[in-house]
Amino acid sequence: MTQETRQIVIPSQLLGDIKNKKSGRGTFVENGKIYSEILGVLNDKSEYINVVPLKGIYDPTEKDFIIGVVLEALQSSWLVDINAAYPALLHVNEVPWDVDFGETEKYLNHGDSIMAKILSVDREKKLQITLKDRNLYKIKGGQIIDVEPSKVPRIIGKKGSMISLIKKYTKCRIFVGQNGRIWIEGNDDGVKKVIETIGMIEDQSLSFGLTNKIEELLKKDAKDVH
Amino acid sequence: MTLTPAIKKDFLIKLAENSKRQDERKFDEFRKIELETNVVKKAEGSARCKIGNTQVITGIKMDIGEPYPDIPEQGVMTTAAELIPLASPDFEAGPPREDAIELARVVDRGIRESEVIEVDKLCIVPHKKIWMVFIDIHIIDYDGNLFDAASLSALAALMTTKVPIERIKPMLEQEKENKDLIGKYLKDNPKDYPLPMKKPPISCTSVKFNNVVVMDPSLDEEEIAEARLTVATDENNDIRAMQKGLNGSFTTDEVRKVIKASIDNGKKLRKILYNSVGKKNG
Amino acid sequence: MKTDIKLLEKGKRLDGRKPDELRPIKIEAGVLHRAEGSCYLEWGNNKVIAAVYGPREAVPRHTQNPLRAIVNARYNMAAFSVDDRKRPGPDRRSREISKVISEALEHVILVERYPRASIDVNIEVLDAEAGTRCAGLTAAAVALIDAGIPMRDIPVACAAGKIEDTVVLDLGKEEDNYGSADLPIAISPRTGEILLLQMDGHLTLKEFDKALDIAIKGCKKISEIQKKAILEKYQNKKEEK
Repeated sequence: MTQETRQIVIPSQLLGDIKNKKSGRGTFVENGKIYSEILGVLNDKSEYINVVPLKGIYDPTEKDFIIGVVLEALQSSWLVDINAAYPALLHVNEVPWDVDFGETEKYLNHGDSIMAKILSVDREKKLQITLKDRNLYKIKGGQIIDVEPSKVPRIIGKKGSMISLIKKYTKCRIFVGQNGRIWIEGNDDGVKKVIETIGMIEDQSLSFGLTNKIEELLKKDAKDVH
Repeated sequence: MTLTPAIKKDFLIKLAENSKRQDERKFDEFRKIELETNVVKKAEGSARCKIGNTQVITGIKMDIGEPYPDIPEQGVMTTAAELIPLASPDFEAGPPREDAIELARVVDRGIRESEVIEVDKLCIVPHKKIWMVFIDIHIIDYDGNLFDAASLSALAALMTTKVPIERIKPMLEQEKENKDLIGKYLKDNPKDYPLPMKKPPISCTSVKFNNVVVMDPSLDEEEIAEARLTVATDENNDIRAMQKGLNGSFTTDEVRKVIKASIDNGKKLRKILYNSVGKKNG
Repeated sequence: MKTDIKLLEKGKRLDGRKPDELRPIKIEAGVLHRAEGSCYLEWGNNKVIAAVYGPREAVPRHTQNPLRAIVNARYNMAAFSVDDRKRPGPDRRSREISKVISEALEHVILVERYPRASIDVNIEVLDAEAGTRCAGLTAAAVALIDAGIPMRDIPVACAAGKIEDTVVLDLGKEEDNYGSADLPIAISPRTGEILLLQMDGHLTLKEFDKALDIAIKGCKKISEIQKKAILEKYQNKKEEK
């Protein structure tokens, strides 16, 4: 196993010089020098110096799939909490149903959960989301857990490798929102296993060989596998 | 504002129908309890209580004051609770809201009505000078069941409180009136001494949702709770204080079950309390 | 205030420290469950806890700034943290301290990232013994990092003062009460910029230069402790196999 070191950096830490590198995500430039602006993991393999955040609220990005919880049904839209600094707006034009003016409550109400996609983020960070895409709908049944949004990429894995593994061995349906909310549905034991596994990934997100390790553990407990 | 998705509520209800709780506890089981005393040097007594992730720090301060005219030879106690914004994204800065007031008053009653603090031993000059005991409850992390964490920390703090003779002495000696009585009091009590206390009742809190009653509610369980019941019991299994909260209801049967579970858990919590203050049980 | 106590004798202060010595400091990051970021800090007999919530939409709406986040630092002393019990609630002193701390933090947080939002920093003093505002700001900085808030530097605070005609670092309780000057400062350690500066008492220009100099030196030492505390919390996780 190759021992690369995952280096943790903190705000104001000097990472490089613009003479040799470009300032990427999580960094800022001052007097020709590149510094980290957040607590995160250093990634300077390419021509860019990036810092991947270890903590922090979800930063809404267009095209992200997320899980939202409806705050309020307004006249021709809904206000939705998406675990970001701001709530998002879901307009009646962005849902698969034919909603009459003032009838929004009939479709989605306070406390309902939805799988949605971020449509747009403007300069003032006003957010719009949509349900008009495959597999987006109002969630029924199952349960939702919260994780650190910064751990989501690890939970999904390269090209979905980690999450596919978990789905395969637990036979559960899982939807991972980029905003740190994960929906799980299946039999009690399967759901429990999923939650345990995700907890483990969160704790050890910086370790190497995690995917193999998780696969071993899941294999041990699974009864049969397709 | 923290919003509980309907799905979470449905999930907890479904679990409860199968006699399960989200963290695998039994319905009448408490989370892990940590209780540490003498955590604040400036306070006359202090304690930090952690139940699950809920954390409360209570500090006791004492000062000289005037007695109430109707009880001229008794010390005075007051209890205040602060739900500081530190503890939850939903707590706002500002004057105490009803929840903080209810919390303080319930903890206060559990101590006052059971005469846990021997207030008749807190008189220095009858009608003129008595000791005031200030109980300040500081919630620093809110993850369900503030009542029991607050109560335990307040009791542990009181049971390790020392009456601050040495700090107050210079001020007392300067008094022009009642020199004889003050002099006698200081002669009888030359140094800091433990606050005179009787054995305290222990409070246990339960909540009800969807006809299921669970003890030591987690944050999620509290968020979907319809009714809440706190019962304080003493070593003789007698009831000393009760408080029902929220706008749901209990059947008399449920109330009796909660009382029994409170007595049982009260015993366990009492042991933890006594261990933390360094006393033997009983 | 006047006293007969000798604050400085043969180069040693009441607690045995040398004039340029700090009280012992202990910092721990990520100590609370609900807060986005948190920090527990002990400095001499001071005990403070800081928690960060946000960025989140600023409420009420009229406080929102369409171009950036507002930083709300709230400094509060627990009723039991002082000799004579303090009535709960913010007094004028706490509100002033809250303001100068908010302003110091605003300078280093990348507030333009979060228009219309607020970043709420709560500082609770649990045990007080001179220098609580410096302890509070230092803890708040660590809590902000723990919350993943983007910053251009990690602010740190320290005070210098004067006792018996000698400029000293990090005033203790008696020194604060009976000394002749108190100068709390906060800096951005990377650039040396001064973010918070208050002074009361009496200092000649020469004494001020000396006090500022040792306060900045003190800040830099404390900055190392802050950084170590953060790395300790997150580095250890990395080593878990």
